[in-house]
Formats: sequence, C-alpha cells, structure tokens
Amino acid sequence: MHEIQTAGILDFGSLERFFQRVLPDSLDRFAFFIAAFTLAFIVINVMVQTTAVYTWFERRVLGRFQGRLGPNRWGPFGMLQPIADLIKLMTKEDMVPKIADRWSFNLAPIILVFPTLLVVAVIPFGPDSFLGRLNIGILFVLGVTSVNTIAIFMAGWGSANKYAMLGAMRGVAMLVSYEVPMALGVVGVLILSGSLAMSDIVIQQNVPFLIVQPLGFLIFIAAASAEMSRTPFDQIEAESELGSGYNTEYSSMKFGMLFLGEFMAPLVTGMIVTTLFLSGTRGFDPIPGQVWFVGKTFAVVFALLWVRATWPRLRVDQIMAFAWKGLFGMALVNIFLIAVEVAVFQDDAGKISTNSLWIMSAINWAIAIGVIVAVANILGQPNLERPTPVPSPLANMYAEAD
Amino acid sequence: MAVKTEPVTINLGPQHPSTHGVFRLRVKFDGEVVLDVEPVFGYLHRGTEKLAESRTYVQIVTLTDRLDYTASMSNNLSYVLAVEKLAGIEAPERAQYIRVICAELARISSHLMATGFLLNDLGAFATPLMYCFRERERILDLFEMLCGARITVSYMRPGGVLQDPPDDFWPALTRINDDLPQYFDELESLITGNEIVLARTRDVGTISAEHAINASISGPILRATGVQWDVRRADPYEIYDRLDFDIPIGAVGDTFDRYLVRIQEMRESVKIIRQCIEQTPDGPYRADAPWFIRAPEGDAYAAVEGPKGELGFYMVSDGDISPYRCKIRAPSFINLTALTDMLVGWKMGDLITIFGSLDVVLGEVDR
Amino acid sequence: MTRALSGEDVARRINEAHPDTAIHNNDTDVWIRPAAILEVSEFLNSDPDLNFSFLNAVTAVDYVEYFELVYHLVSMQNNTSVVIKSKVFGREELSAPSVISVWQGADLQEREIWDLMGIHFEGHPNMKRVLLWEGFPGHPLRKDFLE
Repeated sequence: MHEIQTAGILDFGSLERFFQRVLPDSLDRFAFFIAAFTLAFIVINVMVQTTAVYTWFERRVLGRFQGRLGPNRWGPFGMLQPIADLIKLMTKEDMVPKIADRWSFNLAPIILVFPTLLVVAVIPFGPDSFLGRLNIGILFVLGVTSVNTIAIFMAGWGSANKYAMLGAMRGVAMLVSYEVPMALGVVGVLILSGSLAMSDIVIQQNVPFLIVQPLGFLIFIAAASAEMSRTPFDQIEAESELGSGYNTEYSSMKFGMLFLGEFMAPLVTGMIVTTLFLSGTRGFDPIPGQVWFVGKTFAVVFALLWVRATWPRLRVDQIMAFAWKGLFGMALVNIFLIAVEVAVFQDDAGKISTNSLWIMSAINWAIAIGVIVAVANILGQPNLERPTPVPSPLANMYAEAD
Repeated sequence: MAVKTEPVTINLGPQHPSTHGVFRLRVKFDGEVVLDVEPVFGYLHRGTEKLAESRTYVQIVTLTDRLDYTASMSNNLSYVLAVEKLAGIEAPERAQYIRVICAELARISSHLMATGFLLNDLGAFATPLMYCFRERERILDLFEMLCGARITVSYMRPGGVLQDPPDDFWPALTRINDDLPQYFDELESLITGNEIVLARTRDVGTISAEHAINASISGPILRATGVQWDVRRADPYEIYDRLDFDIPIGAVGDTFDRYLVRIQEMRESVKIIRQCIEQTPDGPYRADAPWFIRAPEGDAYAAVEGPKGELGFYMVSDGDISPYRCKIRAPSFINLTALTDMLVGWKMGDLITIFGSLDVVLGEVDR
Repeated sequence: MTRALSGEDVARRINEAHPDTAIHNNDTDVWIRPAAILEVSEFLNSDPDLNFSFLNAVTAVDYVEYFELVYHLVSMQNNTSVVIKSKVFGREELSAPSVISVWQGADLQEREIWDLMGIHFEGHPNMKRVLLWEGFPGHPLRKDFLE
C-alpha cells in the first residue's frame, strides 16, 4: 500500500486515521468502513445538490440563448426552482402501467443513477481525493458508465410502451456504438500519461491534453455527448419524435430519478473531460485547485449546453454512420499519431519533456485539422450549392397576361 | 439466421409534440422505416361550413379567423373577397392596400411559425422557434394596434376594413418592416448552412412537380417543386397587379426547398409591404355596404394566395342575409393528399420533418 | 388574370369528344351528366388544348331537390379556369363516379363530401368518413340534417 499523502480533511487517508484515533483499538477495522460511508454520504449529497444547481444553470442559460428569462420566480434569480421541481415531483402520483414489467420498470431509475454516482468516486478533486489513485481509474469509468445502456433498455422494455421501446432500441444501438470511439479516444491520453489512474493523468498534464491532442478531445466529447444522449445525438428521448422516449411512462420520483441521472451525466462528463484533457485541478496560485476544477467543469458543461441550444438532431442512421465511419477512423489516426510521437519524443526514463509536448501540440493540431477536413469531405454534405431553380414547364402563370 | 420481425403500428397523435395540433397519424413501422401511413382527421372539427349557413355575412368573418389561426388576416381577406364578388361590392382603394399589408404581415408571421416549428421538429431545442416568435410577436402587436386582437383579428369586412389604422400604426409598420430583413438574415445564418439541417432535409421527402399538381397541392410546397404558380400573379386580386415582387421557386421539391421558398417569400413580402406603405392613398377605408348584406342569387369563388397555399371560398347565395352554402378550399387539408406518398419509405425522424415542412394548421384541416 | 373559359365553348368541346354528356351551360359553368363525370374529367385533363391538370376544389351543394357537384378546374399552362357542375337527384343512396384516378387531389375532398353530404363516390379506394367518426348518424351539411 502506497504512502497516503494528506492534502486536506476530505482525503480518505486522513479521515480513516481520524476515525482510528476516535474509536477504541478493538474497533479499528470499522474505521475504514465509517470513513468510506462518510465519504459516500458527502459525495452523493454534493452530487445531488450540484445537479440541482446545474438544472437551474441549464434552464437559465438555455433561457438566455432563446431570448427569454428562464426560471426567475422563486429565490434569488430563481435559484430555488429545483426545490419547487422536487416538491412537485414528490407529490405526484406514482403510476405504473398495468402491463408494465414491474421489476425492470422499478429498477431502471436506480440502475440509471448509481453508475453516474460511482464514477465520481475516481475523479480527483484534489491531489489525493477519494479513489483518484485507483490504478484502473479510466477503465472503471468506461466500464461503469456502460451500465447506463442496460438501465435505458430496462426502462424502455419495462414500460410496455411503443414510444419507450423505440427510444430504448435507438438508445442501445447508439450507446453501444459510441462506447467504441469513446474508449479509443481515451487511449491517446493513456499513451501520453502512461497510467490508467486519474490522478496520474492530471500530474502528467504539464500541457493540457486538450492542446496536445485536439483530435482525441473532439472524439471524446462527441462520443460523450452521444453517451448521455444530448443534441445532436438525442435519439433516446428525441422529444419531437418520440414524445419523451424511454421515460414516457414514468412519473413522480421515478421520473425524478431518471431526471437526476440525466442531468448528472453532463456534470460527470464535464468532470471526466476536465480530468483527462483540461489538467484537472491544476492552475496557478493563489486560486485553489478545487475552484479550478469546478470552473473548468462548468466551462465544459456550458460548451455542451451551447451545442444543445443551437443544433438540430441527426437521424438515427446518420448517427451510426458518424460513429463508425467518422469517429472510429479518427480515433485510430489519433492513437497511431500519439504512439509514434511518444516513441520519438520520450527520453531514456520514459518521460516526455514539456517542450516536447509543445512540439507535439503543433504537429497534432495540423494533423487534426487535416483529418477533420478529410472526414467532413467524405461524410459531410457536399457543398452548399443547390441546382438553380428552373420554372417547371407545367405552369405558366403569365399565359393570359396582357 | 434471419430474425423474424413484424411491423409495429404506432399512433402518432392526437397528443404528440410534433403534430402541430390534434392530428393523428396511424403509422406502420418496420423498425424505424415507415411502411404505411394513414392520417386521421377531425379532432378539431367545428363545422364551420354548417355554422356559416346560419350567420349573416359579416358575422362569418369571425368564423374565418379560427381556420388558419396563424394567419387569420389571410382568411379574412379570402372570405371578404368572395362576399364582395358575390354581392358586387367594391372596396375602396385605401382599404385594398391595408388589406394587402395585413395579408402579407400574416404571411410573414405564418412562415416564421412554419420555419420555427420545422427546426423544432428537426430537434433544435426551441432556440430557432423562440427567435421566430420574437419577430412574430412584433407583427401581432401591429395587429393589436389595428383592431385590438392579436390572433382572431376579424379586422376585414365585406367592402373594406373595420376601422382606419391609428396614426402611430404607419411609423410602427415602417420600423418593423425595415427590421425584418435583418431578422431573416440572422435566422438564415443559424439554419441555412447548418450541416445537420442539410443532412436532415436535403433530398428528403421529395415530391415531383407532376405529382404535386395532380394531388392539387398549392402554395410553398408546390413552388418548391419548381412550379411557378402563385395566385397573386396568376389571378391578381386587390392591388397585387401594381406591385413588383418575385415568385421564388425551389429546384428539387425536398424539405430544404420548402424551407428556402418560405424564407424567400418572407423577403418578398417585406418588399410588397414597403411598396404598399408608399402607395397607400388617402380616402375612405370602407365602402358603404349595408350591415345585412343580401347577395343576389348565384355563386362565386374567390381565392387568395394564403401562406399555406390557395385559400378559396366558394359561396352560394339564395338572396337571404346568410349564405346558402359556404365551402372553404382549405390549403392545409388538400396539401395532405399526398402525405402518404411522401412519407412511405422514410424513417421516423424524417416523417416528423416532412410533416413539419408541409406546415399544416389543424384549425384549417378540420374546419 | 386567370381567364374563365366560356361555358359554351367548353360544353361544345366536351360534347364533341363524348356526345351528349354536357347538358347545359351558362357563361362560365358547364353542367354534365353525373354518369359521365369520369370520362369528361379524363378528357379535360388529357386534352392538349384544355389541359386542366389542376383540380382546384370539389364540393357539393344541397339544393333540396338535387345535389350539385362543383368541380373548379385550373389549367396551369394556359392560366385558364372552368367550373364543371353535375346534378345528382335524390336523397338516399346517392352515388357519383370518383375522379381520383384522374386527379389524386380529389381524394380527401371526395371523402369529405361523403362525410358531410352523403354522396358516395364509386371507384374511390378508401371511401370512409374523414372529419366525423364512423357511425355518425346522418350527413350534417345536408339541409334537412337535424341534431
């Protein structure tokens, strides 16, 4: 077991030692569990609260994008709106369709929420927070988040509703497809940092990986927005097509849970992106790392919101084509590129100097732009030129003009 | 091993975010692909044609507001033209100009709604829609200045209009008219070049010119196929023959062309309104028509180019104070004729977009 | 301006192609026999001079003694128009030939006439009520319809 650094009161090590001191010696082994429960309690509550703030944030920002005010009635700037929403959801009647598959119907909201919460455990909010050092960190993230797919299919199947079923079918196809580019997009980060642990990845980012490998960042963020089903990939809900998609039949707090999971996903994605590509808690003094982290997370979330507010949705087959023909190929190019560069630039100790990182950035940006232009030309719409409209010979409205 | 699948039938509507009202489509899907579509109408049927038979000619104006409620001025205009033709009333020139201005404003407002909802159907979360509403709001404010109502205006009367526009109407109209082209530029910069919009609308839901004519389709949908046919030019009513404007047409007849035609038509409408502002003469705003019009026995058909297509009224009179028969040629209703042919073979997402690009208003479909 | 063809001229042409089908005409309208609606429609649509490719509107009027079917036709190439009318006598089990095989645009409008006026169009592939529900008693646009 490695030496536990103490960087703050919220670190697992210091908490465990604190409880060891408080408890009698005979109960030492419980100190671990108590520390774990304390942290879990804090994480879950903080996440849920942050999600509440985030729903307010999203609605306000969307309101500004759309030239309206957004929620502004209750509390300062409408900040208590999430509480009003929660009270409304809790007082609603909890309805289950008679022909629903009750087990999967009732379990789906829980299964949707808990992987999102689990992921938070491995995100390094500070130098040594929680399980940031978990040595399979990024694999854990990819593995746990894919449980969402099952939850969405359970919700869609269990509802015994055709819209929900269509949404779930689309969802499964899309989520499974986008797992691949998402995982491959991360590989570049892993090659550069030489470690799977999230905290090590942060330590390696003397230059944020957003700058070093823009291609990997774009692939990851596109795949991640598909994973959480946000525009332009919101096939699972597709409000204008499927009504509400997989959660059509849900009401009351079960809907609240789905809603929670859905709004927590962008936050968690923002955190992962911050850790992997935006150098996590690193910034410059005197602003503490945690503030940097939150600021970067909300910057990512805001960018996602911006896309959501302006872009239409792709069709289901176009989404699949984009995953397999576009992102997949780009991810392979990215991996190959990074691997070659690492082989060239690393010194005898296997380290890459900051200067080399900057050189890599320059090369990678040039190649990234080239690859994106190439993919856009192959997959994208041919240029804007339309055939010139020619009046059809079938009508001549000037025939009788005199 | 081939998996045995069976088509699934889904009721789209009457409560559905993208049916633009209470419309129902019974769709048979094979996975995502549309196999068959059967439109089901009538959820908003109020029997307008029957009600008209027991009302006086002036009272029926209020019924026409409720047909295409996004462009009630056009309905008013079409109706009063039919009555004027039937009863032999001539509206004063000033009234004709005011009515043309109102009809063109209604066209802009209706096309804005169509564009906004098309983008909403495409999945752009309400942003283009709210932009369109922002401009439409200003047009509705103008209507409010004219008659106190915003949607159900009932502004026109056989033989003229309800009242002369207030003095501050004209500067407000000029201001809005000058602002509108910038709005359209803004809207186009958001939509027209967007990669996803192009991917979703180009060559989707194409209908040929022959098919469109055979299916009696009119309005922007017909013009998008390249058929240059506009009642304002083909059979000019009011003072349209004095105005200089183009009839935009599309090249292919797909969803994107229908959107483009609408945007260009709005620009032409702005041109028309500008000319009308300059040309409107002083004078009476209403002919001396009796309150209870007794049209001579006979029939008359008058049509205008409404925002959705050719909007016509066929009126039969038996000499009484109310019409004997009042048939409404509702463009939204007739444009739905080719709906099944346009939808079959496309995917679920396309179904919503194609239907959205037809721009039907259920008040007019069901009457 | 869309020129309304003279009823007399059109009636003469119709009678030349299909003798004894146009029975009466005035300045703008032509009355034809209900049994001949389909063949006259085919003629009006396909005749290169008349070229009425656009069926603007179909409707029916209840004159108590008889029902009158009214077809508003427009030729988009010549920018001309004509009104074809046809009297269907009787009150019960009325029928007329459908023109859907000539103009698809008649589809919904003929269904609407069946729904509200009660004239059954023979040869229409889907002659069901369109605005009201199946089983609605009577046809409400008739003058003798009482709630």
